[in-house]
Order: sequence, then C-alpha cells, then structure tokens
Amino acid sequence: MGPDAARELHRRRTTMNTVTDQGIAARRKVHLTLRVNGEEIEVSFAPYKTLLEVLREDIGLTGTKHGCELGECGACAVLVDGEPLLSCLALAVEFEGRSIETVEGLARGTELHPLQAAFADHGGSQCGYCTSGFLMTAKALLDREPEPSRERIREALSGNICRCTGYQQIFESVEEAARVLNTLNTKRAGS
Amino acid sequence: MSTKKKLEVVGKARRRVDGRGKVTGQARFADDLSLPRMLHAKLLRSTHPHAVIESIDVSRAQSYPGVHLVLTGKDFPIPFGIMPVSQDEYPLAPERVRYVGDPVAAVIARDEKTAEEALDLIAVKYRPLPTIASPEEGLAHPEPRIHDYGEQGNIHRNQSYEFGDVEEALAKSDHVFEDLFFFEGNTHLAMEQQASLATIEGDGKLLLSSSAQNPHYLHRQLSRVLQIPVPQIRVIACQNGGGFGGKCDPAGHEFVVCKAALMLGRPVKICLTRQEVFYVHRGRHPVLMKYRTGVTKDGKLTAIHLQTLLDGGAYGSHGPASIFYTGVLTPVTYELPRFKFEACRVFTNKPACGPKRGHGTPQGRFGQEVQMDKIAEKLRLDPAEMRLAMVTKPNSLTASWLKIGSTGLAECIRQVVDRSGWKQKHRKLPEGRGVGLACSAYMCGAGVAIYWNKMPHSGVQLLLDRSGQVTVMCGATEIGQGSDDVLAAIVAEVLGISTGDIRCLTGDTGLTPIDLGSYSSRVTLMMGNAAVQAAGRVRELIVTAAAEQLETLPERIVLSQGRVFDTADSGKSMSFVEAVVLAEAKFGTLGAVGSYAPGKPPGKFKGANVGPSPAYTFSACVVETEVDERTGLIHIPKIWIAHDIGQAINAVHARGQVIGGVYMGLGEALMEEQAFRRLPPKLSSALVHRIPSMLEYKSITSMDMPEVEVMLIEDPDPNCPFGAKEAGQGPLLPVMPAVANAIYDAVGVRIDEVPITPDKVLRALELKRAGKNPRVGPEYFPDVPYPEPMFVLPPGEGGDGNEIKDPARKPARKRSEVAAS
Repeated sequence: MGPDAARELHRRRTTMNTVTDQGIAARRKVHLTLRVNGEEIEVSFAPYKTLLEVLREDIGLTGTKHGCELGECGACAVLVDGEPLLSCLALAVEFEGRSIETVEGLARGTELHPLQAAFADHGGSQCGYCTSGFLMTAKALLDREPEPSRERIREALSGNICRCTGYQQIFESVEEAARVLNTLNTKRAGS
Repeated sequence: MSTKKKLEVVGKARRRVDGRGKVTGQARFADDLSLPRMLHAKLLRSTHPHAVIESIDVSRAQSYPGVHLVLTGKDFPIPFGIMPVSQDEYPLAPERVRYVGDPVAAVIARDEKTAEEALDLIAVKYRPLPTIASPEEGLAHPEPRIHDYGEQGNIHRNQSYEFGDVEEALAKSDHVFEDLFFFEGNTHLAMEQQASLATIEGDGKLLLSSSAQNPHYLHRQLSRVLQIPVPQIRVIACQNGGGFGGKCDPAGHEFVVCKAALMLGRPVKICLTRQEVFYVHRGRHPVLMKYRTGVTKDGKLTAIHLQTLLDGGAYGSHGPASIFYTGVLTPVTYELPRFKFEACRVFTNKPACGPKRGHGTPQGRFGQEVQMDKIAEKLRLDPAEMRLAMVTKPNSLTASWLKIGSTGLAECIRQVVDRSGWKQKHRKLPEGRGVGLACSAYMCGAGVAIYWNKMPHSGVQLLLDRSGQVTVMCGATEIGQGSDDVLAAIVAEVLGISTGDIRCLTGDTGLTPIDLGSYSSRVTLMMGNAAVQAAGRVRELIVTAAAEQLETLPERIVLSQGRVFDTADSGKSMSFVEAVVLAEAKFGTLGAVGSYAPGKPPGKFKGANVGPSPAYTFSACVVETEVDERTGLIHIPKIWIAHDIGQAINAVHARGQVIGGVYMGLGEALMEEQAFRRLPPKLSSALVHRIPSMLEYKSITSMDMPEVEVMLIEDPDPNCPFGAKEAGQGPLLPVMPAVANAIYDAVGVRIDEVPITPDKVLRALELKRAGKNPRVGPEYFPDVPYPEPMFVLPPGEGGDGNEIKDPARKPARKRSEVAAS
C-alpha cells in the first residue's frame, strides 16, 4: 500500500470533511453486519470510519494496532478473505459480507496458533505492538506457502515495520511455526 | 542465599511472562483503553518555529457542537521539565512558541473528529521572531534568546573538565590525530504513538494511564504542574509499544488530559498522530565533535581532548545529562592516562532532543572508534590488536574517576575477530568489499537519580499466600525490553519455582514500590538487586518454617523446582506450597520488601555523579560491507557482535535485545535522520521536519536487515543480580563506527558523519578519483566559548578525586603536610 493509496484515503476523508461541514448527513451512522473471525457482528458506525477504527472502537477488538494510520507500518494488517489488508486504509462500509480475520481469532480456544506460540517462544515479539500485524501477514504467507524460504519470509513481511527485534527472531519464529504446522498437517494427513 | 544451587531459571531460554498477552492481542496499550463517558482531546500546535503569541481566540471552537472544553496556556501557569534544572516547558505554550509543533491549545470533544474540526476554529495571532536553526547560528546570534535562562545567549549548558594536563601529554605524544565528526539527529520511531487516558477514579483521585517509561518522574511532575498532592494522583505506565527513550520525558498532552479530566469529571483520552510523534521527538542530539588524540608509536593512547557541540532543540529536556554523556564514557573502553572533555548544548528552534537508546554516548563513540581505525592504519597496526593491547583492566579507575568493575571487552574482541574471520578479511577482501571493527562500553544504570535524594533507586515488594501464589510488585516499566520477565525470573530463581508461578504487577504508582523507570539500562541491575533482596527475605521465612517441620538445619534446605527439601536427606521434603503454608502459620501473612541504591562514586568533584555506574557492559562488533562504486549503495551481508552481559537472564530475549540494538544502530548508520528544512520566507521561513512520516523517515526493513551473529560473554559481575548486566543499549553503540570503518576497508573512503548515505559515498569516491582527500564529513568546528576547565588529577597522578583549584595544578596539601612544613 503506497502513497497513492494514502492520497486516495486522504481525498476521501477530505471529501467527508466537506460533507460534515455542510451538514450532519455523514455523521449519521450506518448499520451493517461484518463477519469477523467467523462471527457475524452487527455494528453501527459513522461511515467515514476506517476498518481499523471500527474494529478497535466500535467492535472492541483492540488487538489490531495503528502505528501511522497512513499505510506505512503494517501494524494494522488484518486478513480479508485470506489476504493481508492494511485496515487503516480501508473504509469499513466496504467490507460487508467479506471474511475478516484479526489476531483475536488466531487461537483455538485457549490453544495458541503455532505462529503465536513461536513468536512468544522465539523472541518474535518484544514490545508486542507490531506483533498482530506480523502474525496476520505471516499467516497469509503460510496459508499459501507452507515452506517458505527465508527470502520469501523477508519479502512477505517487508510491509511490516518492527523497531524492537531487528526482524531476525521474527524470521526464526515464522520458520518454527512453519515446521510445527507442517508436522501437524502430516500427522492429520496420516491419521 | 545460604545454599548455592545451579541456576534453574536464570539464563534459560524461556517464554517471557508477558509473551502470551502480546501474541493474542490482549496486552493493553494506552490507546486500547476506553471508559464510559470518555471524551477525546486534540492539540493545536504552533506553525511557527519562534514567535510571540499575541492572542488566541477560542470562542468559535468553544461553541462548536460536541466540544466540551478548550484549554490554552492560561490554564497551565506552572512549567515542567524532566530535570529539576530544566523546568522550561509548559503543557500549552502561554506566550511564546519555540518550535513548529509546540502545543498552544487543546480541544476536548465527544470524538476525535469533532475535536480536530474545532482546532481549525481557533485563531492564534503570532508575532514571528528570528529563528535559530543550528548550534552554529545559536553561537553567532545570542539574541533573540530562545530561553531567558542558560549559560549565555542561546547556550543552554557549557562545561569543561580536564583530568591531568592534556596539552602536556599531547606534546609528548609520538603522534597527535585531529579529526572532526558529525552525528546527525534521529528519532526513536517507537511503533506505538503516545497515548494517555486520564480519569477520576471512584475514590475521587486522578488516574493517568499513559505510554510512559518513567511513571515515577511523571507522577512528580503532574503533582507540581497540577498543584495536587502526589498521593492524590496515580500513574499507570501501560504496556509501552516501544520506548527507546522517547517516552522518558513528561509530555504536554499528559498534563492536558489530566487537567481536562479534573475540570470535566469525565475520562479524557488522547492519542498523538505519527506526525505529532515526530515533532514531540526528544531523540538523538545532532552532535559535532572534535577529537585530538595523542598516541605512542605502538598505538597506546596518551591523552584525548574531546570537544562536543550539541543541537539541543527548543527545550532543556534531558539536555543537562545528555551533554555529559557525549563524552563521559569515553575513557571506559581503553586505558587513557589523561582526558579533557568540553561540551556545549545550544538551544535551536526545533523539537527538543533528549535521550535515545545510548543517550549521548553513540555520538562520541562513533568519533572515537572511527578515529581509532585511522590511528591503526597510520601506525600500520591491526585495529583489533591495537585495541586489545589497551583495554581497561577490571577493578580499575579511569583518569576521570570512573570505577570499572568487571570487563569482558578483550574476550568480546577476540570472539568477533575469530567468528568473523577478521584476520583473513581485513585489508584483504577484493575492492568494494570490506570489514570494520569497533567497540564500546555502556553503563548499567546511572549512579544518581534525576532529582537529588538519598532513597533507593528501586523497590520490590513480594506478597505470598497460602495457595502458593507469589505476587511481585515493582514500579519498573515494561517497554518491550522484558523487564517483567527479568523480575519474575529473579524471584523464581531465589524461591525455586517457575516464572509461570509468579504474577508481576509493575509500573503503577498507586500500588507498586518506586522504581525510577526504564532508562539508562538500569532496570536489570537495580530492580534485579531489589528483587534478590526481597525474595531472599521471604526465602528465609520459608526455609525456617520448613526446616522446623523437617527437623533439619535451615542451611541444609534447598528450594528447587517447586520443592523444598533437605540436601542431605532427600526423604525430607515438601512442596513449595506446603512450605508457604507452614511459613504463613508461623510468621503470619507472608511478604517482604527489597530495595537497591548504588554506592557512592569515587570522584568528588562537581559533576562526578554523571558517568559512574555499578557495572559497565562492553561490546565489540565486526561489520562486513559491499559497496557499489557506481551507485554508492551499501550492502551489509553480515554483522558479528559480542556483548559482555555478565549473565543472561533469559537466553532468547537477551539475544533479542542485542540483535534489536544492532538493528537500530545500523539504521542510524545508514539512513535514519531527523532533519529539518526551512520553508520559503513567505511561509515564515519555518523550520519543519523534512520527513515526518514512517514512509519517508527511512528505517531498516525486513529486506535490508543482515544476519546478526550474537556472542554473549557471560562472566557474572558481583554487583549485579546473578551477575546480570544490561543488554538494551550497549550493543547499539559499536555498530555505527564499525559500518564506517568497513566502508573504508571496502573502498578507501572516510565518511566521518552519519548517516552514511550513498550520495556521501559517491562524493568521497569522486574526491578519491580526483586525488583529493577521500573524505566526507564536517570541515570546521566553530569557536565555542567553553569555560575554563575544572581540573582534576587522575588517580594515577596522586589525585584524590577533588577539583584542584591551585593554578599550578598541584593537589591541595593535606593538613598534616602543611603542619610539617
């Protein structure tokens, strides 16, 4: 998501501002149903809100973070129909009927997803602020490519900024998760 | 502890205690908090770098639908500042703005959007003043003064120290090297934008939950500015989404939300935008340096005369400390008989600089270590061997009266040399490829608190109950570095349980004993020592009760893996929980406190308190580079780093701290810069940030980051908890000079400033081809009116650590000697 997208968002928001200044039409909330982590959630929100804002402020899923709100850092990455998306650049009204996955939906009950376990055990997360964006982006990668090379991991995560780890332990965590997932899949296939 | 046992928790690779919450999205950062009836604040910031506020009209904003309150400088008559000597800033500027971004008004409204819209309705009339863009300008133009305090004109602080006669030593040296270096400013860029939520709790007291590294100092400042007694305020440092020094200063927005919550009786939250975070800054000072260094012909240092000039930005911040740190740790790495250090910090109309990871030290160390490389080359010495021959000795005093305890620097150098294949590579790789080496040292906490007091620097409280639950409380702040895990690990080790059995409660001034905060790499050592003491005291109670029950001697009792048993008779044993029940029955409710304060430093002169630390860490780094001579692009295939950590507390996370430090240092070496540009005169000639966005402020991405090989040198330091020294800041320091030295080895050009960008490499290569001095860096050091130095004789020359006021620079004679003569 580059500067073009940021400009487009800015344009949309500026347009909204004008509308707001002219009247209260844009303030009137929309009411729709979003499918988040497999659950249908009815939610009302002002139509200018981004998917990030609606997830955090109107649905209460604060696991998705923001580092710039301009599409530069990847902290807000969620999956939409399995693909990573920067939720700070997307208007929530456009996502009715789409499948949205956030970090809150990764674990099965109390059991961590192998990516979560690996990040926690192998230093993939220090301050934890960028972590959900990395986890979701890495999940999209491993769902597509179960055995990515280090180079592929680097590429896939290149839109996510981390200031703590120096990335190395994130790469190692993703590789470890890939190993665990592949072992699980082999076992499942064998049984 | 009375009974020694093998380490069971400390040093092991372990999931950190806060690891699970961070991967599930449950860790609560300040902006994740939300309360019923919560309102939102936004700040109006100055568009002028230097101006008098002639009037502010907030009437339109006040009557805008959805706006609850508008605050201006009038609402904040009392200034703040992190240090007692730098109370020079207001939450909202009352009459004068000093940088683009200085907050002047705040709107509190039903939502962020309404607040933002209302900001546009505030009319501020500014009368622009001439601006100061650099320290050189500040020195040349004492008027107008940015502040009406400081040394003189626009000089904030100016100081000079001389340890032994440096000119004499330089005159006697075989060679004297003189070099200028420049280190550009850069910023923390923590992923989390600062956020704060203030509310009045049910008991009527103010609660501030904030992104803050130092809740204790913030607590004191809130009390001062809001004129409320400290016990009426509670500060919770939330999980910090990275700090790196950027959340050390109290910030204007924290006072604003508190004031608004007090006035409105409703919760008020603010979250800064990324652009605001760039302007709030408090990051690395731009520093110009001049090193005059004397050496013998075999490469031993004889003296260093260091001059530094700091661009402080618009406010004092940590400046009075930062200025010291540009030189005070210079003598820690290598034996240096004499040392003169002059430093000057100048106010400029830019965001204030402050502490960033390494606080002042990276700049000086960059110059020192690049110059070392030049010296080695001139003397035809191997840079590693030359350094090895003069590393400081354990338990020695530097010329500047710093006490060095343990040191693993020699081992660090040997390991990076060995692992990197240095001997086969240095000056031997084909043109375009090279290796560079550099070293550093850092402190494990400052010897004195930011405000003068005789109390502990860290306190830890333990509470145990009959279920075996262990709660440990400490004011220390988790900023991602793993302090909660260090706290849990130390208590677990002493009590023979696992970190999973411990609940940590930290960074809450309402509930936890005071710890000064997460800065100066102090937490592991200071909090750790307090935790060892608290846990040791509880252990005594448990051991006494268990020994009585098991009918054995207390000194034979061991606590290990959740069991309490007699070392001589394994049949005599019980669970940890059973032992706690016995102890609670015998002694009553179980708990203990521990505390820690560093000892007095050996130096007695004024200023001797900055630099001393209970322990120092040492690091050595080798960087390999490939430089494309056509484009100037620098590729770093690999970095080797050895860090003298004393003892890792958690093997995984200690390594993570080291790699993270290398990452941040590499960014500073190659690309990160907090640079400013002037708008055209018709736009007020404002000094604006050149690149206030994450896209344009370049940092290392996953594609750029080289492999880092980490060697942890573990030689436990007796002053440290289980011997553990810091890892959060030290490993960053040698990276920048190692990169510069590697580039020289690759293509034979010297870039004596950071960041080292491709254009600078190309310029230097052009100079090289033209047969000129192949160097890019500062050409000139301005005439700084440094004061007469405070003269102190080094320990080796008969000094006693006091200033010598005698113009002949002789130590004051002792009374007995005077009587005898």
